[in-house]
Amino acid sequence: MQLTLKVWRQKNRDDKGGFETYQLGNVDHHASFLEMFDVLNDQLINEGKEPVAFDHDCREGICGACSMVINGRPHGPLKATTTCQLHMRHFKDGDTITVEPWRAKGFPVLRDLVTDRTAFDRIIEAGGFVSVNTGQAPDANSILIEKEKSDLAFEAAACIGCGACVAACKNSSAMLFVGAKVSHLALLPQGEPERSLRVLKMVAQMEAESFGSCTNTLACEAECPKGISVTNIARLNREYLWAGLTSGK
Amino acid sequence: MALDAKIPAGPLESKWTNYRSTVKLVSPANKRKLDVIVVGTGLAGASAAASLAELGYNVKVFCYQDSARRAHSIAAQGGINAAKNYRNDGDSIYRLFYDTIKGGDYRAREANVYRLAEASVSIIDQCVAQGVPFAREYGGLLDNRSFGGVQVSRTFYARGQTGQQLLIGAYQALERQVGLKNATLYTRHEMLEVVIKDGKSAGIIVRDLVTGEIQRHGAHAVVLATGGYGNVFFLSTNAMGCNTTAIWRAYKKGAYFGNPCFTQIHPTCLPQHGDYQSKLTLMSESLRNDGRVWVPKAKGEKRKAADIPESERDYYLERKYPSFGNLVPRDIASRAAKEVCDEGRGVGSTGLAVYLDFADAIKRLGQDVVSARYGNLFEMYDKITGEDPYTSPMMIYPAVHYTMGGLWVDYNLMTTIPGLYATGECNFSDHGANRLGASALMQGLADGYFVLPYTIGEYLSGEILSGKIDTNSEAFVAAEEAVKSRLSFFTNNKGNKSVDYFHKQLGKVMWDDCGMARSKESLTRAATEIAKIKEAFWKEVRVPGTDKEFNQELEKAGRVADFIELGMLMVQDALSREESCGGHFRTEYQTPEGEAMRRDDQYMFVSAYEFKGDDTAAQLHKEELKYEVVHPTQRSYK
Ligand SMILES: Cc1cc2nc3c(=O)[nH]c(=O)nc-3n(C[C@H](O)[C@H](O)[C@H](O)COP(=O)(O)OP(=O)(O)OC[C@H]3O[C@@H](n4cnc5c(N)ncnc54)[C@H](O)[C@@H]3O)c2cc1C
Ligand code: SF4
Ligand code: FES
Repeated sequence: MQLTLKVWRQKNRDDKGGFETYQLGNVDHHASFLEMFDVLNDQLINEGKEPVAFDHDCREGICGACSMVINGRPHGPLKATTTCQLHMRHFKDGDTITVEPWRAKGFPVLRDLVTDRTAFDRIIEAGGFVSVNTGQAPDANSILIEKEKSDLAFEAAACIGCGACVAACKNSSAMLFVGAKVSHLALLPQGEPERSLRVLKMVAQMEAESFGSCTNTLACEAECPKGISVTNIARLNREYLWAGLTSGK
Repeated sequence: MALDAKIPAGPLESKWTNYRSTVKLVSPANKRKLDVIVVGTGLAGASAAASLAELGYNVKVFCYQDSARRAHSIAAQGGINAAKNYRNDGDSIYRLFYDTIKGGDYRAREANVYRLAEASVSIIDQCVAQGVPFAREYGGLLDNRSFGGVQVSRTFYARGQTGQQLLIGAYQALERQVGLKNATLYTRHEMLEVVIKDGKSAGIIVRDLVTGEIQRHGAHAVVLATGGYGNVFFLSTNAMGCNTTAIWRAYKKGAYFGNPCFTQIHPTCLPQHGDYQSKLTLMSESLRNDGRVWVPKAKGEKRKAADIPESERDYYLERKYPSFGNLVPRDIASRAAKEVCDEGRGVGSTGLAVYLDFADAIKRLGQDVVSARYGNLFEMYDKITGEDPYTSPMMIYPAVHYTMGGLWVDYNLMTTIPGLYATGECNFSDHGANRLGASALMQGLADGYFVLPYTIGEYLSGEILSGKIDTNSEAFVAAEEAVKSRLSFFTNNKGNKSVDYFHKQLGKVMWDDCGMARSKESLTRAATEIAKIKEAFWKEVRVPGTDKEFNQELEKAGRVADFIELGMLMVQDALSREESCGGHFRTEYQTPEGEAMRRDDQYMFVSAYEFKGDDTAAQLHKEELKYEVVHPTQRSYK
């Protein structure tokens, strides 16, 4: 198929950046969206131009590296699908496709389609863990966990930290990401001792980064490639309220 | 230098226990004076970095991704083995040890593998305590499943995302240490050189991938946990950035490289379909628990799978290996698939695929159960191929997946360079000539949580009086210069071909001539071809942009330059090992039934290669393998 691509180009963090338009012929409809970008980059290199920088690694929808806003939608048109798992068969011959980086104050652009998402790491660093040193653990089956709870915790823990929720939100809120981690650990007995402290610290860090507040537009859930549910945001709010009331802070 | 594996004396079952009670310790006050660098944040690196920081060492951690959580371990699907015997099905530490040694076709060290099996038990405890949501039964206990090459259920899993959940556990433990200021994390930093001073490891040179800045980092010990090198084949199931650079730099500075040609080709991957393809996707081996592998009995069959009656299907694994059936080890399953396709019985548009069929499982268990077990894998298959595996069988073909070879390490996980360690997939140590499913995650975490934190003390106890490492020394200056000149060579070269162009050429040669089947003839041809690719690469490669900015082509160029050299060493190793074992199949050496024929009388050793210069063949050193407990036999899964 034949495509017109309008791609965001930006040299570095300080550059203003802008769109460039490229024509691409001979794209196989079985190729993935990133393989289509490989073909574009090969073409650019052969023309002596600089290829488009973009984050990617696993290309299996699990590492959370890939991050393109495609025709205005984070990770493109398909539900529950990362950019790397999107295939060209979902586009038509002759289409014009606009590709931009995540747009959010909390995720500054480093180059072209690559953004800095280290704010997420800092939120985890603030409290997204269970404090257990290596070697301190009791026998695994001494902790019984209801299957249903364990499954719910798993579903929250399936978040890949891609940041599409932030990119999708008009307020650039990170509540879905934070809610997923708070839920994962709050649902399990292992997370219980630090339950209150964790949510307070993670929310404080989230607020210290440049993320906006949540106004319940649900755009995050709609664009999340892992189908992380907004019930996690509700749980985050409950946990936060409860922690605030009980911790005396 | 003679190779000394430093295996502790005493009976197999007590070696590690005795070692731990006699190993030299470093006091907490002294740990604070010692700096340790960990390169890599996969399961091996993140677990080591977190544990060492908890112990009180000053830890610096590096990875090339934008977050430590994105290391390639995240993609592991099926599960992790542990000898918990929660199923009461006869499992034990000895049995896990035995299965791993046998699965590795008797080319791994007994003492290391026994220790691995011992540590496996604590790994599950540790991960559960961190909040890893493993699959559970209704009673609240942990669930298990089985994997290829074994007859017990000892694999713990979290749907099809076990690697993700384990890595997030280790990543969170690491981030906790970062918050406590015991560890410093450098993401988007690539290690490009190791620094050796006075015959010991002194630190590394890294490039900040955002600004291009070259930095020196000194440490009393350096741990490489940089993963496997399957991407030497261009197409593999590895993440795009997986590379050999860190261990290749170490090799060129004097660390020996163990069994470079031992590559695992995984039987259940999506078949290749076009030239633009950038990677191959694995469909977890756990699928073989319930999926049945078959091809039509007739050559050139054109009917759709559903239209081929039972009597005209050949369930060749069940036929040839009745006791293990669809769960034979990977090397055997892969070769069997290649064999039926070579006979002209392959399916799909290229004829390079076999069916993996769930119709029986769906009938027996119901779609709900199948979907609970494999739902995300089925979805992934559908997304990539546009076909629904609930209604028509999957098509699969073998693909490069894992490299058993890697830096040679002794029992302490130390390379031949004092103070330089290698853990996880990047060392050669535990899987012999073939790795069993669900054992890589086990090894990475055993190394990082439970082995290295002890063994590193043995060396570091001698470094307490060294003081801070001076990064202004001649050794650092020279290493930095070498890195800079290589980078500027690339950006200034007036070539006209992209890095990928050469990588694809290399991959094709490696796959065709040093892949699932190898012969003297194919390997000799490969050696000539790779030499040509190397020459052309350095003349004709084009890297746009500069080295002072974010430049992904420049990153790739360095990696591919190292892959080309590694490819040559793999071919040299495959040529010199005149036997078949595990994933290394030399067509000249097979039994009358076409199975791998080991030659224990001549090749019962680890090949460890020493770098001798760019234009000279590497020198082979042999570490004899002594089997004191297990008696090697012809591996049989019939
Ligand atoms: C698709 C797939 C599925 C798998 N499923 C299973 C399974 O079910 N069970 C199982 O046991 N095994 C499985 N494996 C194998 C297993 O995942 C790997 O062997 C294992 O995760 C490797 O872990 P590691 O920590 O050694 O390296 P990796 O996870 O590869 O981590 C390497 C780290 O090193 C860093 N790095 C590399 N080079 C440099 C450099 N030059 N500078 C700085 N940093 C660098 C990277 O950034 C990364 O952080 C699977 C593998 C694949 C490909
Ligand atoms: S919640 Fe969803 S969109 Fe947000 S980071 Fe996690 S996986 Fe990505
Ligand atoms: S590249 Fe890993 S999720 Fe897309």
